[in-house]
Amino acid sequence: MADNKSTQHGRRDFLQLTSIAVGAVGAASFGWPLVFSMDKSAEVKALSSTELDIASIQPGQAILVKWRKKPYFVRRRTNDEISAAAKVEVASLRDPEKDSDRVNSEKPEWLVVGANCTHFGCIPTGAKATENRGEYGGFYCPCHGSHYDTSGRIRKGPAPKNLPVPPYEFVSDNILRIG
Amino acid sequence: MEKKQFDNKLVQWVDHRLPVFSYMNAEYNEFPMPKNLNYFWNFGALATVVLVTMIVTGILLAMQYTPHTTLAFGSIERIMRDVNYGWLIRYIHANGASMFFIVVYIHIFRGLYYGSYKAPRELLWMLGVVILLLMMATAFMGYVLPWGQMSYWGAQVITDFFTAIPIIGDPLTEWLRGDFVIDNATLNRFFSLHYLLPFVIVGVVALHVIALHVHGSNNPDGIDIKEPQDTIPFNPYFTAKDSVGLGVFLIIFAFFVFFAPNYLGHPDNYIEANPLATPAHIVPEWYFLPFYAILRSITFDIFFLEAKLLGVIAMGAAVMILLIVPWLDTSKVRSARYRPIYRIFFWVLLVDCVILGIVGVKSPSDLVFSGISWFDYKTLGLAGTIYYFGHFLFLMPVLGFIETPKPLPTSISKPVISLPSGGGSAPIGAAAAKKEKA
Amino acid sequence: MFRRALKWGFVLAFISFSTNSMAAGPLKHEAQDWSWQGVFGTYDRAQLQRGLQVYKEVCSGCHALKYVAFRNLTDLGYSKEGIRAFAKTFDVKNSEPNEEGESFTRPGRVTDYFPSPFPNEQAARASNNGAYPPNLSLMVEARPHGADYLYALLTGYKDPPKGMKIGEGMNYNSAYPGHQIAMSAPLDDGAVEYTDGTKATVEQMATDVTAFLAWTAEPNLEERKSMGIKVMLFLFAFLAILIAMKRRTWADVH
Repeated sequence: MADNKSTQHGRRDFLQLTSIAVGAVGAASFGWPLVFSMDKSAEVKALSSTELDIASIQPGQAILVKWRKKPYFVRRRTNDEISAAAKVEVASLRDPEKDSDRVNSEKPEWLVVGANCTHFGCIPTGAKATENRGEYGGFYCPCHGSHYDTSGRIRKGPAPKNLPVPPYEFVSDNILRIG
Repeated sequence: MEKKQFDNKLVQWVDHRLPVFSYMNAEYNEFPMPKNLNYFWNFGALATVVLVTMIVTGILLAMQYTPHTTLAFGSIERIMRDVNYGWLIRYIHANGASMFFIVVYIHIFRGLYYGSYKAPRELLWMLGVVILLLMMATAFMGYVLPWGQMSYWGAQVITDFFTAIPIIGDPLTEWLRGDFVIDNATLNRFFSLHYLLPFVIVGVVALHVIALHVHGSNNPDGIDIKEPQDTIPFNPYFTAKDSVGLGVFLIIFAFFVFFAPNYLGHPDNYIEANPLATPAHIVPEWYFLPFYAILRSITFDIFFLEAKLLGVIAMGAAVMILLIVPWLDTSKVRSARYRPIYRIFFWVLLVDCVILGIVGVKSPSDLVFSGISWFDYKTLGLAGTIYYFGHFLFLMPVLGFIETPKPLPTSISKPVISLPSGGGSAPIGAAAAKKEKA
Repeated sequence: MFRRALKWGFVLAFISFSTNSMAAGPLKHEAQDWSWQGVFGTYDRAQLQRGLQVYKEVCSGCHALKYVAFRNLTDLGYSKEGIRAFAKTFDVKNSEPNEEGESFTRPGRVTDYFPSPFPNEQAARASNNGAYPPNLSLMVEARPHGADYLYALLTGYKDPPKGMKIGEGMNYNSAYPGHQIAMSAPLDDGAVEYTDGTKATVEQMATDVTAFLAWTAEPNLEERKSMGIKVMLFLFAFLAILIAMKRRTWADVH
């Protein structure tokens, strides 16, 4: 094999390799927007946070709202309900959590929790005072009999975890923003 | 042919059971190609790239599109504004359709020039015509989906053609539409079929390529491969050359997508469809214009056949006539390089198609040159149509007999022709064949 | 090589011929200079904001902007709070009825789309002498040379030529096809007081609102062009590599 031929081949292979590498980069850069197009579109991302007017909710009342298309309870607790939640022995809970860790320290009367039972996802009753609130005064899931307390923690029944607390803040005394 | 044994154990294991690797090796690695191909042989591969691109972007669009008359237009605006890179995918898909037709038209004209449709490639050619028909159906239905003014009225005009068919025309048209007029039933079925047909195209393309590989590619000289020196393996020579063609093509495609995305389209399609308001000029997309011109050029009745029906038949015939080209052309010489008279008429045909395209977009009563009152676009269209059919039905058969072709080279690799031996189907003369740079 | 160029030439000439003919309407309008034209075109944010003001104060009484959401206005350089306040100035029909089953309107939210001034086409026509004020979201793309056309239309209210009969309730317009338009001249010098102090002549307002409507038709224009430049640069570089590779590969054949 002439030396010239092998250098030529070497240069040829280098160019072929470079072409393939650059082509792969190009193909990947083309593919990325295509894959990303399947992700949440702008009007869906616009629902990232929801604001609510909570002025009309009385102590002892709760409402069911949607955040990111899922249901949440917003409950204004009475003083009795707050102290009942605080008195519970945390270590005895299936999912140990202090009530004060689950609410805003300046406005502990507001409880904001997810409304899908952590067992299989049914929506518990108890938003309205007239509904069954279970043995602990919080929420009761009729599907398999899970009882939640006034802090939304699981006390009795098959659910494994407490009702989840989403990120939220008070934009003003009357406006709550979730997310 | 001996099956290749692979060094890699895994590859060998798979290949022994499903010979994908030896198939790929035979068809796309070692496959012998004529060494004198020029860049016009690139366009088949380009068409495949466009087809894959259209399917990928189409599937992604279908994830976001709603095929209902009240929601379709809005869903496309949502794609353009809210879906991440939705505008990019939509513009690629819309301009890709135009690119697909540009590439395929050049591919077809290549075939007409170099006699690629001649024996033994008649079936290859006919499969190609089937692909063209499927493309036209797919493109037509796809254009209806945005439910703009041109979508609706274009669909109205095209489906109206079927009413020209005697006796069964009206019930047939209502069956096609699924309703008395173009409405939601039509839109939904067009969406379903628009999703389906590209995969039928893939199937026919597979047959097209299989047929191609039986006898291999034609070449610019139109003479058969005689010896191994005439050929070079597909890889790396044509993988390299095809990528250059692809590079040029992508630049043109990208230019349209990023800098002129609506140039090839019609502004009226940015208006939501209104069944009660007809646009001033109903025009199909540019790639249908020559056929539209042929359709509109028949404005006279012949006995009991109405002009409307004749126009529809002429338009259909304009495509279908391509199917019988292998039998219309009587020349024993394939490539127009060696057919001095046919070559001239090839260019006339090309110019004629361009002219027909221009006629398709003009109003039939407009004058071609202001001042010459009898020469309107209707007349020009009729002249163009007559030439079109005359080219295939008259010129192709006759030229084969009366033309004296130039002497062919002995083989693809030999630049100089051997001594004259008189007569025969492939005259071997004294003139040297110029070897043109690829 | 030459033949290939010739073929491409034919193809492009054909396309230019046919589509240029398609694009040219019955009237050719004077070409204006728009900031977003050309390969490097961009929108002028200050101009878009002025255009939004013209739309809100002059056009929104009759014309809807169906496909634009208030949240899209961040493109114009407004803050989230600013948009929230702006949205509240519109009355939007709530998507769900109230507890009594009646539909009601409420102040707009950031996620809402610009509301239509009329509940349906019939109401729009009834309020406008039978004419329907079209949705403007896509108007710049829905007309050939849309921006030039809109500018010409908005500045085209003149006295009709001598002897021309104008229909009942119609107005002469030099740019509108047929020259008679149902909409009376929407712009008057000083009709809007621009917050940035620009003098609000008819030409200025026409330019600004046209620019705004060009944005509503194509909000992604700047992203498209900037991506296009990067893609073209990549593709040219890639082509150079491919040509070198091809030549080197074919060296032993030629």
